[in-house]
Amino acid sequence: MLEIIDLHARAEGTEILRGINLTVKAGEVHAIMGPNGSGKSTLAHVLAGREDYEVTQGKVTYDGHDLLELDIEERAALGLFMAYQYPVEIPGISNKYFLKAAINAIRKYKEQPLIKTSEFLDLLKTNLAKLGMDKSMMERSVNEGFSGGEKKRNEVLQMAMLQPKLAVLDETDSGLDIDALKIVADGVNALRSPDRAFVVVTHYQRLLDYIVPDFVHVLAGGRIVRSGDKTLATVLEAEGYAFLEPAGTPA
Amino acid sequence: MIVTETTSYQEQFERFEQELGADKPQWLRDLQRRGLARFRELGFPTTKLEDWRFTNVASLAKQDFIAPLTPRVPGQVHDAGELAAQALLDDSFHRLVFINGRFAAEFSRIGELPEGVQVNHLEQVLRTQADQIGEQLGQQASLENASLTALNTAMFQDGAVISVAAGVQLETPIHLVFITERDEQAVASFPRSLIKLGKGSNVQVLETHVGSPGATYFTNSVLEIELDDEAELDHYKLQSDSIAAHHIAATHVHQRGQSIYRNHYFAFGGALSRNEIACTLDGEQVQTILNGLYMISGDQLADCRTRIEHAKPNCESHEMYKGILDNHARGVFNGRIHVHPDAQKTDAKQSNQAILLSDDAVIDTKPELEIYADDVRCTHGATVGELDDTALFYLRSRGIPEPLAHKMLIFAFANDVVQGAKIEPLKKYLEAVLLADHGLPQV
Amino acid sequence: MSSETALLEEYSKREYKHGFVTDIEADALPPGLNEEVVRTISAKKNEPQWLLDWRLKAFRHWQTLQEPTWPHVHYPPIDYQSMIYYSAPKQKPLLESLDQVDPKLLETYEKLGIPIEEQKALAGVAVDAVFDSVSIATTYKKTLEDAGVIFCPFSEAVQRYPELVQKYLGSVVPAADNFFAALNSAVFSDGSFCYIPEGVRCPLELSTYFRINAQNTGQFERTLIVAEKGAYVSYLEGCTAPKRDENQLHAAVVELVAMDDAQIKYSTVQNWYPGDEDGKGGIYNFVTKRGACRGVNSKISWTQVETGSAITWKYPSVILQGDNSVGEFYSVAVTANRQQADTGTKMIHLGKNTKSTIISKGISAGFGQNSYRGLVKIQKNATNARNFSQCDSLLIGDKCGAHTFPYIEVRNTTSQVEHEASTSKVGEDQIYYCRQRGIPTEDAVNMIVNGFCKEVYQELPMEFAVEARKLLSISLEGSVG
Repeated sequence: MLEIIDLHARAEGTEILRGINLTVKAGEVHAIMGPNGSGKSTLAHVLAGREDYEVTQGKVTYDGHDLLELDIEERAALGLFMAYQYPVEIPGISNKYFLKAAINAIRKYKEQPLIKTSEFLDLLKTNLAKLGMDKSMMERSVNEGFSGGEKKRNEVLQMAMLQPKLAVLDETDSGLDIDALKIVADGVNALRSPDRAFVVVTHYQRLLDYIVPDFVHVLAGGRIVRSGDKTLATVLEAEGYAFLEPAGTPA
Repeated sequence: MIVTETTSYQEQFERFEQELGADKPQWLRDLQRRGLARFRELGFPTTKLEDWRFTNVASLAKQDFIAPLTPRVPGQVHDAGELAAQALLDDSFHRLVFINGRFAAEFSRIGELPEGVQVNHLEQVLRTQADQIGEQLGQQASLENASLTALNTAMFQDGAVISVAAGVQLETPIHLVFITERDEQAVASFPRSLIKLGKGSNVQVLETHVGSPGATYFTNSVLEIELDDEAELDHYKLQSDSIAAHHIAATHVHQRGQSIYRNHYFAFGGALSRNEIACTLDGEQVQTILNGLYMISGDQLADCRTRIEHAKPNCESHEMYKGILDNHARGVFNGRIHVHPDAQKTDAKQSNQAILLSDDAVIDTKPELEIYADDVRCTHGATVGELDDTALFYLRSRGIPEPLAHKMLIFAFANDVVQGAKIEPLKKYLEAVLLADHGLPQV
Repeated sequence: MSSETALLEEYSKREYKHGFVTDIEADALPPGLNEEVVRTISAKKNEPQWLLDWRLKAFRHWQTLQEPTWPHVHYPPIDYQSMIYYSAPKQKPLLESLDQVDPKLLETYEKLGIPIEEQKALAGVAVDAVFDSVSIATTYKKTLEDAGVIFCPFSEAVQRYPELVQKYLGSVVPAADNFFAALNSAVFSDGSFCYIPEGVRCPLELSTYFRINAQNTGQFERTLIVAEKGAYVSYLEGCTAPKRDENQLHAAVVELVAMDDAQIKYSTVQNWYPGDEDGKGGIYNFVTKRGACRGVNSKISWTQVETGSAITWKYPSVILQGDNSVGEFYSVAVTANRQQADTGTKMIHLGKNTKSTIISKGISAGFGQNSYRGLVKIQKNATNARNFSQCDSLLIGDKCGAHTFPYIEVRNTTSQVEHEASTSKVGEDQIYYCRQRGIPTEDAVNMIVNGFCKEVYQELPMEFAVEARKLLSISLEGSVG
């Protein structure tokens, strides 16, 4: 589904990604772990198409498309979803309006008929219930005045509504208490399916207790320095990232 | 030059005086004559005056506008019926409807009012309780340097009068509808309105201005508001005048201790509109909230002015104005905050944000702070610019194409002001206007 | 004799020895202004006909103008006929003994340590000193000449480089620009001229030191700086005046021209006599300063620390004509006692991708009134123009005032303009906290004020920043009880 080959990227003249290689197949959950500044969030943003990052080398194939050639919204329409570490506040647009606009934009791209209001409302109601969210939140402006937990839950709600093929979760666990974390993880787990893949970016192993990955990769100095199964996360938890030092990655 | 421009109104004034003067109490005749004298002295403002630097009223001054001498004959209307129907948001509101500056009973409807509440039109009040109103008229609106307020003072015949006794909470909003319909000659109307709220009372007033599509006319409105201690007024003004109209309005507000005044101004119409709000915070713990949205295109000019006089300590004023300007439209914002020497612990915030959608659009903004007390928190900000990149990226990453995302963000920018409205039908109406205006699907 | 007077005297002596100025008369014209006065000034300076014509045209225009009333300042009417428009210093400085020098001024210099001029001379700064209306001396001439830089009194430039002067004089601030600029154009006596040829980075900081000394004299100097393609110059300006009971007028004009890739950095520490505690005396500082970024990628940066003058009326501006040009304005303005300041800047964006930054810090104490007045104008063709303005006010005491009058005029969709303003005070709790940690009140205030002004100080050349800091603490002395 996703194949990243030798990806290099930089921001404001500094090279952050220095040759990432990663293959993600449908149905898999990959966790990307690593210390602060290792390039985890950059990787997520490059996949989503953020223009502040410049890809200097490498290739990314997503579902048969050359991902790097696609516009941000095309990527979204083709089923790539990013859950943000810091979801953006948009005063003046209600969550409901925003979600409907997104669903319809994607349908339009796929030349599908627009969603019926009743269908949309039913879908919204179901998903809100699953995530334990109050429907009054949908009348409020996008993320405005939301607590950290509410914002993250809202990201998962959007994911549930948009039904992506590949979801990239950028530090979805940051700023969450244990109860909120469980709810968010349950929401993600409910979406796991054989034709959907996840890339979960996280600093801590904690989240992986709830979203159990098939593969764990350790990112350091802009490269994947180690890959393994879920036990690698436990090793990291016990030993920290210190073991990376002897590997001699350029700081 | 000035003489010729003011002569038409001088003549109209003399005719009013001759025909109607005898019925008016002497104090009123004196007041109106003073207004005329002041207007003749000052003439129409020119762009040489700092307060009119960006707003040229030369074309308004040159044109002849005629104020109807006699009250309307009921039933003789052109399109006022349709205009009234459009303006009404909710039939349950108390409403006073004015057509070409004069009260129109057949469109008005005052429901059952609690004791101590008066909702009437000025002409009627002057006939029956002239002396009572005499103390109020001209109390807030000074003629000093305001030639157009002077003109209104000379020429007014009618307007709304609202007074609410202490402690009354009026649940149903009062809707003041000012309609100008096309006539053989370009119409001038000079509504003069008064609102007086007693201690601890609470009212919502909605003011709507509409006119025959494409008609040229001149509205010069003055509204004087007095809020006693702890009174609370939500004042909404929707200016949807004809695209060829001239709309000049001044709202003067005097606030006593712990009173709350919220003004929400929406300017969509008029070839030239100028809305001035002057608030004097004359008591402690007063709150003043002024929000505004001007959304214009074509060759429209919208001038929004606010003046806040922080005269006493421990008061708050918050102001947020937003503008969206397309084609050759010109926006002017002037916000002045004046903190008097003793007004310690003042908390004043002001912001004006504008977005230009066309390279021919113009925005002139001047937020002023004048501060004479040291223990205050005053900030103002003004931005003109493009949309937030981060928000644009967020929308696009959810699959919304850039052009649509752009429109949505402009809508969001404006809707932020609309959301402050607490009258639900008004909010719905404004949202629909905004969505339609930006070619966005309705909710 | 005060050390600063001594230094000036020294300059004078050197000057005569080197024969720069041969004909200094100990003369002053009688008070009053008419065409004859303009002709006399021009004749005394042996000026070419075109310059006399230029002056006369300015004078005739000035007669049609009204003194501006829009600034937020108040002062009694100025009698332009009672003023002296030309006064050349004698070979001996006028102040011969310490008794004649205002003790407060002496105290000020004592507190400053060594006089600023000496310090600058030691640091290798080229100085042009203007004493009353006439340029006294220019130091480091040789070093500058070797680099190809012209730095000399304006009157000398008129004689030696008439083509350059004629080409640029009035090209940024036209003679008819405003009331005070027109007056200056008619009667200006001297000032500095500076020309940096293509590709030259001026090897020294250039500096002009202005001093008003004579009584009843208006000072009308003119500065013109031209930086050719790729040139760079940093220019410093300092001013002082003795205490006089009557008000004195200072109406200067400064013009800057920056061609392609050129950079001009202009720094001012203005410390004219501000008047006494009751507002008696002091300088009326009504100055027109403007720079033109004519070339692509050019940059003009104004930094000012305004602590002196009874009234300041001054808006150093930048016309951003060349594509990608940059304009900056960093200002600290202090008004204590009865001082009034109405100061700010104008940034006129004409070229594409032009950028401007405005940082203004106003400090009011005593009965001081401090106004920021600024204009940011984005013209229609100024695609992608950017402006950021920040105007902060600090109030010390409850009898002073802080005012902000920003004008923002935008005619282009791709531009971004941001204006922020805030007002704060030196809080009692802040001072209490400092004192509890052992910091005396005065130091605490200085600390807070310095913190408040930091963004501007960073823009000043080092020795000026030190001086500015000291000046500020002196002018605020005693404002917190």
